Amino acid sequence: METKKAIISVKDLVKKYDDFVAVQGLSFEVYEHEIFGLLGPNGAGKTTTLEIIETLRAKTSGEIIVDGFSVDKQPQDIKQIIGVQLQAAGYYPNLNLIELIELFAGLYGANIKPMEMLEKVNLQDKAKAKYKALSGGQKQRFSIATTLINQPKIIFLDEPTTGLDPQARRNLWDLIKEIRDAGTTVVITTHYMDEAEQLCDRVAFVERGQIIALDTPDNLIDQLVNSGFERKKEVKKANLEDVFINLTGQEWRE
Amino acid sequence: MKKYNNLTATLALAKASFRSIMRSPSAVVFTLAFPLIFILVFGFLGGGGTRIDVGVTPGSDVNNPIMGMLKKTGMIRLVKDKSNAEFDKLLEKGNVDAMIDVHRKVNSAAYSVNVVYTSASRDKGGILKSVLNNIFYDKTLKPTVAEIKESTITGREYKTIDFILPGQLGFSLLSTGVFGTAFVFLSLRQTLVIKRFFATPVRRSSIVIGEGIARIGFALIGALFIILIGHFFFGFTLVHGALTVVNMLILATMGIIVFMGFGFIISGIAKSESMVPPISNIITLPQFLLSGTFFSIEAFPSWLQPISRALPLTYLNDAMRKVAFEGLGLWDVKFQIMILLLWGIGIYAVAVKVFKWE
Ligand SMILES: Nc1ncnc2c1ncn2[C@@H]1O[C@H](COP(=O)(O)OP(=O)(O)OP(=O)(O)O)[C@@H](O)[C@H]1O
Ligand SMILES: [Mg+2]
Repeated sequence: METKKAIISVKDLVKKYDDFVAVQGLSFEVYEHEIFGLLGPNGAGKTTTLEIIETLRAKTSGEIIVDGFSVDKQPQDIKQIIGVQLQAAGYYPNLNLIELIELFAGLYGANIKPMEMLEKVNLQDKAKAKYKALSGGQKQRFSIATTLINQPKIIFLDEPTTGLDPQARRNLWDLIKEIRDAGTTVVITTHYMDEAEQLCDRVAFVERGQIIALDTPDNLIDQLVNSGFERKKEVKKANLEDVFINLTGQEWRE
Repeated sequence: MKKYNNLTATLALAKASFRSIMRSPSAVVFTLAFPLIFILVFGFLGGGGTRIDVGVTPGSDVNNPIMGMLKKTGMIRLVKDKSNAEFDKLLEKGNVDAMIDVHRKVNSAAYSVNVVYTSASRDKGGILKSVLNNIFYDKTLKPTVAEIKESTITGREYKTIDFILPGQLGFSLLSTGVFGTAFVFLSLRQTLVIKRFFATPVRRSSIVIGEGIARIGFALIGALFIILIGHFFFGFTLVHGALTVVNMLILATMGIIVFMGFGFIISGIAKSESMVPPISNIITLPQFLLSGTFFSIEAFPSWLQPISRALPLTYLNDAMRKVAFEGLGLWDVKFQIMILLLWGIGIYAVAVKVFKWE
């Protein structure tokens, strides 16, 4: 992050749904090779912002550049260099995971081995299963596998860990860090602050379509502490999640 | 950066869609089971399912009009090139239903026909007897070759199957085109599969064409299957053999493309999957009943006929029958093709307006 070269730049982004202003003049930059978190309450406009950057929704105004491409003029170029996990999406019916990966490989024009993609997210045992027959966590992992097919420069993950058990969440963090370390920029949304703290190099807090804070998790915490904040209850050396992990082990659950 | 290839994407989609269709029970039922059941029912009703094996006695004259007429009934298969001893065994078991022996009478243009039946196959023998009676009874006494030849020429029997099969084929194409296309695009849209596709560089045209290729491919395999079963099991007439089949498949392709247009429209106007069947039925049922699927439209009251003559399936059925039974070429049914084409233009003009991606 020393270089701090912006790979995504969003300037004065506004999105109106009829009269309702969901995004009100957002501006931020995502640096190359970082994990960037978009945090905020339900309805803050996180998904809307992501999908506009992903060229899936039209914006009302503003300017967005993704790796030098403009969302207005070069959406096709952007699509080729990004991987997208949607908060809500479906997969072609009646196909097993291998066949779905093959389909996406064709759609991206990528030359990959489907099984290797599944191995990355530990789904090789489910290769012949239908998407519908997967558990919630497995579905999330499969969605992430589909974002990696075109070896993208940037991946967007919209609440990838929602519904996952603690182990699966941790393993996914490792996967996401690996992806980042391999040189991919990651933009992620989450409602879990521990996750954002662990995972994100920088986070932006969004509320009612506006950014109210943007910095590294460390800096944001320090600022709060320096302002004289104290936790009401003294923290124990472990929490219930540690108990869970300790009791049930570290492995992926199938 | 590597150049993006639209063809790869289109074919990947076609392959995925084809796999999905083959695994969807409703598609298989609509395309194959329904038409086959009707063909089966009508095939047996119409007698097209009966086949009589008639042994030709060694030494019998074979190049005579009688043999030709027997073959042309479509029911009778002549078994040749076996010894008398072999025939005796086959007769005993009923594997051959009767023996026939034809000889030219001395000093005459007439033939004498000697038929031996077997008690092992009484009912088929009975059918053969009545067939022979119908064709020859009077003529065996005082036949002239000319007379027989004349009846041979016009003697290609129009069997029930020759009418029913093209109608069933047309209806199969209609239901696959309409129901299949409507369901697929509505559900891909509603389950956000298309949204995920849009996050890839694939073009919209690739999605439509890929789906189209899969559906056309599936419908043509179904059509071929129906034609072959009809031909080999029920004696469906294919005047020019394989060429006729190819012509029928070309017509089928035109038909399915037109009918898929209805499906695109329905997927655009239906709000949910449960709305697809009722709307689809509004389009398919009238054509099922009025387009000459079961009855010739000439049999309808005259006030109904103009409606029949306005429907696209009527022209597809008509063209299919002419090509299959009368042996006409595609150019000879250009009028029917033109009407289909007009329907296609109209339907797709509407489809472009009402089709929804999201
Ligand atoms: N297609 C739409 N039409 C109208 N309003 C919409 C549409 N999509 C989102 N909104 C509204 O825009 C606002 C922002 O929605 P968005 O989905 O971006 O929120 P979010 O931050 O992703 O929330 P969550 O954390 O619940 O996923 C919400 O108030 C939502 O109701
Ligand atoms: Mg959201």
